[in-house]
Amino acid sequence: MSYPEAYRYTKEHEWVHVDGDHATIGITDHAQHELGDIVFVDLPKSGSKVTKGHTFGSVESVKAVSDIYAPVSGEVVEPNPLLSKHPEKLNEDPHGEAWLIKVKLASPSEANDLLSAADYQKYIGAE
Amino acid sequence: MSPATGLKRTPLFDVHTASKAKMVDFGGWEMPVQYSSIIEEHNAVRNAVGLFDVSHMGEIEIHGPEAAKLVDYVSTNNAAKLKIGQAHYSALLYDHGGFVDDILVHKVAEHSFFLCVNASNQEKDFEHIRQHNEFNANVDFASDRYAQLAIQGPRAVPTLQKLTSTDLNGIKYYWFTDGTVAGTPARIARTGYTGEDGFEVYISPGEAQRVWGEIMHAGSEFGIKACGLGARNTLRLEAKMALYGHELTASTNPFEADLGWIVKMDKGEFVGRPALRELQQAITRKLAGFEMTERGIGRDGYEVWIEGKPAGWVTSGGPSPTLNKNIGLCYLPADCANPGVNLQIVIRKAPVSAVTVPTPFYKRAKA
Repeated sequence: MSYPEAYRYTKEHEWVHVDGDHATIGITDHAQHELGDIVFVDLPKSGSKVTKGHTFGSVESVKAVSDIYAPVSGEVVEPNPLLSKHPEKLNEDPHGEAWLIKVKLASPSEANDLLSAADYQKYIGAE
Repeated sequence: MSPATGLKRTPLFDVHTASKAKMVDFGGWEMPVQYSSIIEEHNAVRNAVGLFDVSHMGEIEIHGPEAAKLVDYVSTNNAAKLKIGQAHYSALLYDHGGFVDDILVHKVAEHSFFLCVNASNQEKDFEHIRQHNEFNANVDFASDRYAQLAIQGPRAVPTLQKLTSTDLNGIKYYWFTDGTVAGTPARIARTGYTGEDGFEVYISPGEAQRVWGEIMHAGSEFGIKACGLGARNTLRLEAKMALYGHELTASTNPFEADLGWIVKMDKGEFVGRPALRELQQAITRKLAGFEMTERGIGRDGYEVWIEGKPAGWVTSGGPSPTLNKNIGLCYLPADCANPGVNLQIVIRKAPVSAVTVPTPFYKRAKA
């Protein structure tokens, strides 16, 4: 699966797509592959605050629970409604349909120090 | 053993890595947790057939004129009642009645027993049996002489039958035969840890890779899948089969663990019996099955509340691919362990509703 150039990535395997003062956040294809069959996604409600570097939810596979860390700070505008009924979509389309949350950014420049698609792929290749 | 990681490997390690299996540290063994998808592997076993490498399991052989007496003295089930070619589930206990391990006992000959024990307990079990060997029996640590493959699922018989002249339909559940599989000597036992029909086959480690390949080939027309420990765990949990270190520990006893049926108090003296006599009079907690009624997955080690107060803990919990529910086993006060009791499982500090249910969660239809 390709890693979109327009996204920025974390070493904790989240991605963020900034669009003006809003952003969409998800987990990477590498992350879903490492987790295996995803069966449960726990996301914050609209209006809650997320803080860069802090956990804001969790993704559970058959075997394990993984925390998800916010790549940027902001206020949740919408958790992805698809994932409560269809967590398995996260295995199928983690960079697209199965995004996790949309946020209104506290500071749009926060994403600047994250990894580019090329650097992230280098990072997971070496991990 | 791998020099780099210090983890032990089975003779099939290279086959697993070549199949791109995800390898994990399982009690000191580098084992495949999944090949493709735990759910797909699980469903293959429920609907068709799956093949597991369980060569990490330990084997202990007990020989001699008083072999049966030793087996009966160190284990809870009645070994004297086994017929040649028959196996049963049993347990090794400490003096205080807690579990050393849960085991399978096979009676190979009048004076010869074959024990299959848990991988991470095998050295401990061997020492435990030797310490109690007042019978001059020969106790032999045999793990290095066996690889073990589990062929499980409704198509296990037609898959394995292609590779053996032994009439597999003639082997009853919990019986075994010494024959050949793919031309190599094999102990073929109709046992398993999945809740399905199937076999556990003990062969020479040097033949393991070849036999693995032949079984995969024989089962391809039935949709056989290589299955890892992830599917093994979801399958055994649905069938409510206990796992050492989870339901069974040194501080739990067979009555609490709902394994009273493998304890034969009247068979004569055995290690742990005096303690069990007292424990039997005062069972304070019991193992119960639960299913989540709210969104959430109760997992191993999570605290369990009843009416907002701590009442027990989850021993094994997770999603059930067959039932499409989140299920688990937990220890509860004995008077709360019946079906229909409302629980809260504490999931990352938040109580989430669950209810006790009858077990096993899954039972295969009788053929």
